[in-house]
Amino acid sequence: MIRSELIQKIADENPHLYQRDVERIVNTIFDEVTDAMSRGDRVELRGFGAFSVKQRDARVGRNPRTGETVQVEEKHVPFFKTGKLLRDRLNGKD
Amino acid sequence: MSAKTLTRMDLSEAVFREVGLSRNESAQLVESVLDHMSDALVRGEQVKISSFGTFSVRDKTARVGRNPKTGEEVPINPRRVLTFRPSHLMKDRVAAGNKAT
Repeated sequence: MIRSELIQKIADENPHLYQRDVERIVNTIFDEVTDAMSRGDRVELRGFGAFSVKQRDARVGRNPRTGETVQVEEKHVPFFKTGKLLRDRLNGKD
Repeated sequence: MSAKTLTRMDLSEAVFREVGLSRNESAQLVESVLDHMSDALVRGEQVKISSFGTFSVRDKTARVGRNPKTGEEVPINPRRVLTFRPSHLMKDRVAAGNKAT
């Protein structure tokens, strides 16, 4: 499923909404999650999962082609942990 | 870091502000989005949200695990797990937003 298919499903279920508004609604939801993480916040959606930010420490890396060592700075990466309900549903437990 | 935790309520509040539906309907729409994504994943589909990321389901084979406390061996059954791969845009935005000052 891709974004446009998700939007179409929601639009089909809500014939009273303009397609344009459904697009805005779906986009707002994903933008809100990205915005939260870029502020360092967590987003916890019970049953679905939680988005959080993890810190990766600075390290000395190596250019695999040249073997040269490079200093890799500390950075923050997005992380998702599946919620219990969804994890159970994926494994046929309802 | 991690100053705040957002929930469904914050997402529906954002929808409410953005589109001007009732709070109740905004909340239902957030739920619908999560439900459709979950259903697709349970069917084994990948969910690909451009500029956000990709959720995919992977099959894990059975293996022997160990209780770290007792050292006891326990079988781990084959199972399906969900992985999320953030898009480049999200990675860049999260890295930029949390950069040490």
